[in-house]
Amino acid sequence: MPILTVNNLTKIYESGMIIRRYIEAVKNVSFSIEEGEIVSLVGESGSGKTTTANIILRFLKPTSGEVLVDGKDIWKDINTFEDLKEYRRKVHAVFQDPFSSYNSFYPVDRVLYQALELLDKNPRTQESKSLMEDALIRVGLEPKHILGKYPHQLSGGEKQRLMIARCWLIKPKLIIADEPVSMIDASTRGGIIKLFEKLKEEENTSILFITHDMGLAYYISDKILIMYLGEIVEQGTPDEIISSPRHEYTKNLIGSIPTLYRKWE
Amino acid sequence: MNRPVLQIENARAYYIVENNYVRAIDDISIVIREGEVVGIVGESGSGKTTLSNVMLMNIKRPLSLIDGKVKLYSNGNVIELNKLSREELQKNIWGKETSIIPQSAMNALMPTKKIKDSILDVMKTHFEEIHEKEIIEKVQARFEEVGISKDVIFRYPFELSGGMKQRAVIAIATLLNPRFLIADEPTSALDVSTQKMVLKTIQDLREKEIVKSIAFITHDIATVRQIAETLVVMYAGKIVEISSIEDIIKEPLHPYTRGLLFSVVTPEPEVKKRGIYYIPGTPPNLMYPPPGCRFHPRCEYKLDICDKEEPKLKDVNGRKVACFLY
Repeated sequence: MPILTVNNLTKIYESGMIIRRYIEAVKNVSFSIEEGEIVSLVGESGSGKTTTANIILRFLKPTSGEVLVDGKDIWKDINTFEDLKEYRRKVHAVFQDPFSSYNSFYPVDRVLYQALELLDKNPRTQESKSLMEDALIRVGLEPKHILGKYPHQLSGGEKQRLMIARCWLIKPKLIIADEPVSMIDASTRGGIIKLFEKLKEEENTSILFITHDMGLAYYISDKILIMYLGEIVEQGTPDEIISSPRHEYTKNLIGSIPTLYRKWE
Repeated sequence: MNRPVLQIENARAYYIVENNYVRAIDDISIVIREGEVVGIVGESGSGKTTLSNVMLMNIKRPLSLIDGKVKLYSNGNVIELNKLSREELQKNIWGKETSIIPQSAMNALMPTKKIKDSILDVMKTHFEEIHEKEIIEKVQARFEEVGISKDVIFRYPFELSGGMKQRAVIAIATLLNPRFLIADEPTSALDVSTQKMVLKTIQDLREKEIVKSIAFITHDIATVRQIAETLVVMYAGKIVEISSIEDIIKEPLHPYTRGLLFSVVTPEPEVKKRGIYYIPGTPPNLMYPPPGCRFHPRCEYKLDICDKEEPKLKDVNGRKVACFLY
């Protein structure tokens, strides 16, 4: 059974008081993610990638369609606080901007405390402390250099690693990663990408990787979905998409990406 | 080998901050020759933009040129730009001999003025007398050469798309056919299909001999690879490697170049075979650069000598690299 199934998802934004205007941000989108699979959602800004992610994360109610996580409809089958907690343990997000994921008044430890509380663990115990340290080491951070620091004392890359450390604590079945490296310097991006690969290999985590960067999607994914104007216009394995794109948009996109090992024309 | 157009000799350019120096450019020498496109790459903070200011001799406090020469070769004469005053540079050099497409070119146009009026303002700084009609015709011809409609000059900047603005700035920067053009991250804020168009426009400038040589500054090796023949790799205010771009892509010599190159992911099978790499740590604070090789704290091939002595650029099979491994 797939970990995530999205069926005929549609989201229409409405605006205007008297003259109503409707924007179809997501149009009839369907796809699924198997366990241990990395699926990339590729598209330009405004194509509806983030709206899709926000619906799956339960931040936004779809206009129609359903989202099943582990076979459960996230809008109909989650009724109690306990259900919601269970859902939050299963599905975790890593966002684009590592800066706004932190509250600058608290030490960065707080993001890990919150993760532990979600697991019903008291963050002040020795057990929790060693769990935290273990998670930090797994994402390549030195616990004594990180714990107790404030957000402004860490670099963007370190902050993003710390967000991924939460994934090692919670061990979610599905991670929704929305442009997780687009604000990270190119020279350190590879390290973050490797962390996602490690989660997949060691924990069999499924990842929905949302990006505008075809190169990254090609490198990391088992399957690529191309989104354009709210619709999924094409899907396939990375090699299929790159070597024989079908949709005009995909062809144009792939033709425009500068290649490293070949010179254009 | 072609004649040089611009030559920098042992330049040191420091920012003076509270009685301390930020060593943004430290002992750099480059020759840019006629007909050449030179790519300059490095992480943010490696001194790329400061280098472009040195090339133009656009030195304003807190930046100052501590040492070194900037020579421009113009019709058989050698002009030492570092000896000219700002007024002389403004009058005789900038725009005519050297020019720049600035990093935020999209925001370089005055929002409250029609493009035409911005251009006439620029012209007034270069010539005492101007013939408006003549200039407008010339500008319109150049706009068409860079691939935008000649009517664009009667528009306001907000009426144009990012790519059009970028090309309008390219047209304005090259209006007086400068010998040497610097393009500082000209494609970084554009989406990929516009990026390709702008890159093509810059390539055309040289093919149509509007400019003789181009220094293309970027952090993206895959972009610069499409346009440059020679690549200069900078790290922490120093040049670590100079070589033909094909050689670098085949076999990067300096560990920093290697890290930079291997962190690039493009949709190509070679990338999957090669894997993805990253450079641990962050670039140093240039107020207190590390002793010896400035890259040694982040280098996985560090030798004992690396934190004691500074490596000089030396020839290795016709390439230049500053590393003790060679």
